[in-house]
Amino acid sequence: MGPHPTGVPAARVPTARVPAAQAPIEADDRPTGPIPIVTPPGGPLPDVGPGPARPGLTADGIPKLTRRRDYRVLGGVAGGIADHLRVRVLWVRVAFVLLALLGGAGVLAYGLLWVFVPQASPDAPAPQPASPVERRQALGIAAVGVAILIVGAALGLGQTLGVVLGPLGLAAIGAAFIWREADDARRARWRRTAAGIVGPSRASLWRLIGGCVLVVGGLSVFALGQLDFTAVRSALLAVVLTLVGVAVITIPWWVRLVRDLGDERQARVRERERAEIAAHLHDSVLQTLALIQRQAGDSREVQRLARSQERQLRTWLYGPAGYAAGYGSTDSPAPVDQTFAASLAEAAGEVEDTYNKSVTPVIVGDAGMDQHLNALVAATREAMVNAAKHAQIEEISVYAEIEDGTASVFVRDRGIGFDPAVVGSDRRGLAESIRGRMERHGGTATVRSSPGNGTEIELTVPVTSGDAGEPVAEPARAGVRDEREDA
Amino acid sequence: MNEPVTVFVVDDHALFRTGVKAELAGLGDDRIAVVGEAGSVGEAVVRITSDPPNVVLLDVHMPDGGGRAVLEQVHAKLPDVVFLALSVSDAAEDVIAVIRAGARGYVTKTISGRELADAVVRVSAGDAVFSPRLAGFVLDAFSDRGGPAPVTDPELDLLSPREREVLKLLARGYAYKEIAAQLFISIKTVETHVSSVLRKTQKSNRYELSRWASDRRLV
Repeated sequence: MGPHPTGVPAARVPTARVPAAQAPIEADDRPTGPIPIVTPPGGPLPDVGPGPARPGLTADGIPKLTRRRDYRVLGGVAGGIADHLRVRVLWVRVAFVLLALLGGAGVLAYGLLWVFVPQASPDAPAPQPASPVERRQALGIAAVGVAILIVGAALGLGQTLGVVLGPLGLAAIGAAFIWREADDARRARWRRTAAGIVGPSRASLWRLIGGCVLVVGGLSVFALGQLDFTAVRSALLAVVLTLVGVAVITIPWWVRLVRDLGDERQARVRERERAEIAAHLHDSVLQTLALIQRQAGDSREVQRLARSQERQLRTWLYGPAGYAAGYGSTDSPAPVDQTFAASLAEAAGEVEDTYNKSVTPVIVGDAGMDQHLNALVAATREAMVNAAKHAQIEEISVYAEIEDGTASVFVRDRGIGFDPAVVGSDRRGLAESIRGRMERHGGTATVRSSPGNGTEIELTVPVTSGDAGEPVAEPARAGVRDEREDA
Repeated sequence: MNEPVTVFVVDDHALFRTGVKAELAGLGDDRIAVVGEAGSVGEAVVRITSDPPNVVLLDVHMPDGGGRAVLEQVHAKLPDVVFLALSVSDAAEDVIAVIRAGARGYVTKTISGRELADAVVRVSAGDAVFSPRLAGFVLDAFSDRGGPAPVTDPELDLLSPREREVLKLLARGYAYKEIAAQLFISIKTVETHVSSVLRKTQKSNRYELSRWASDRRLV
């Protein structure tokens, strides 16, 4: 493409608001001719304020880059860019002229834009019409540009600058490609970051100045190097300085890039968690709700399902070790089936499910399971089963603590109670499963009950693996006591 | 009791508020009267401040900071309004947090209407209401497991043996009357012990009370 005498775009300048009556809306199909509308030059900027969700706007409310259909001087490119960037078209034209001085880059750019940028759709709101003054101004700029071009060519200036800016131009093209490939959200984010480059903070100002100094320094070293013919070294220096300068200027973008990667990874993790939760809720809660709907008539079954589901959900929600995690569990959480608290909670849950009674365990302290504690859990289970079967109540309290080398469990109900002295010898549960078991493990079983006053069964067993490193308590109190309580 | 205790219900679930009101009204208990309700933190703060009730039944989990936010905004201004926390959560950190923010008790939402009415009357008379689970949490927080905790203020950081006994019986599901009988003390003395435990739970700077809840998750 030869140097076009008017390497200057010549779209019309929308510099002034025109009363609506004067704005010819039917101008769509007009040929590019002089538009006889007079408005004062140098008026306010074209009113292209963000209209929410107007067609022809980007996600940010900026007009899309299109060539102007009306009021153009040449191809409508400069006017379109001015609309898009919301600057006065004068500056766009000046920029094209300056670029044209760099080996004709401006002319090339104008031509490419003319080819590739689509023309504004006929339905798009017509831009503000330009005045003849603006038109004359545009032609004036073009004339000045041509003059400078000729002078520059005579001095060989254009070529030098062109050589220097060639790589930068390539980089700009690359950046443009990245920009085009990015989706809207990402572009909006980049724009915000770009605003940060020239942000109001002092640090960013100094960063910008420093970067510019480095870039200019690099370019001047290059220019001097050309003059001094010490090519290689100064060229390297120039390249390094330029690159450092560009890097400094674009720090926010790099930071953003790294952060984007981190964000993406986090988003993936979150997505996986979400999927896990959804899967769990589906497998448990939704299934239970479906069951409950089917059995709506059977209130006992509904109650049982609801209780069991609540317990499962709580266990799942509040940590890996279920109802209670031991001290120091943050370092190495013991497996669920190996802590006393978890085993006891599990046993309570089973009884709750089987007999449809509410069992509320309160557990203070915890320890790893051993055979004694296993026996204690089994005996507790038996005590809970007894209460559920015989006490004729809906609620059983279970309190367990591990303190001073002893594990104690209290199973209490407010049911009908019984007289421990007159329990038939055929009742193997209390004798064998509870007392016998506790005795064999060096513990005690105490039954407090009287007819009408409920029952409390106290079970204790020495703990070897106390969580405070307690010494092994001697199995001193082995034996069975019965207490009649006359409350 | 001459005048009924006025009760205000704060919960973000309208269904639950209605349920509580219906249940308390259905008791025919002339000791209490529900006078208002709120469904959000902001609404609760405005209504409680404009017309202070005797007792506020406070949900622990709500948007915008939950029951704790209400306590923080109202409790200092109106120290006479008593808060009773009501929750399904049962997570130690939540329960301890509302107690330390100024609630005088904590009961679970599965509590029966009769028990709830009793608890309301009890807190309005100046007592503390400890569910067995809350007693368990507090016992855990004041225990010396994991090595003796640094005690900066023995008055606040340690429980007396008697308080410990009372707390353990509470955790075992005993009512105040039963505790009094078991320990051969008066009900009034039991109440004094429980109030003292509540004060220590609220004021003590024990490491466990501030951190323990987040370290280990008890249900």
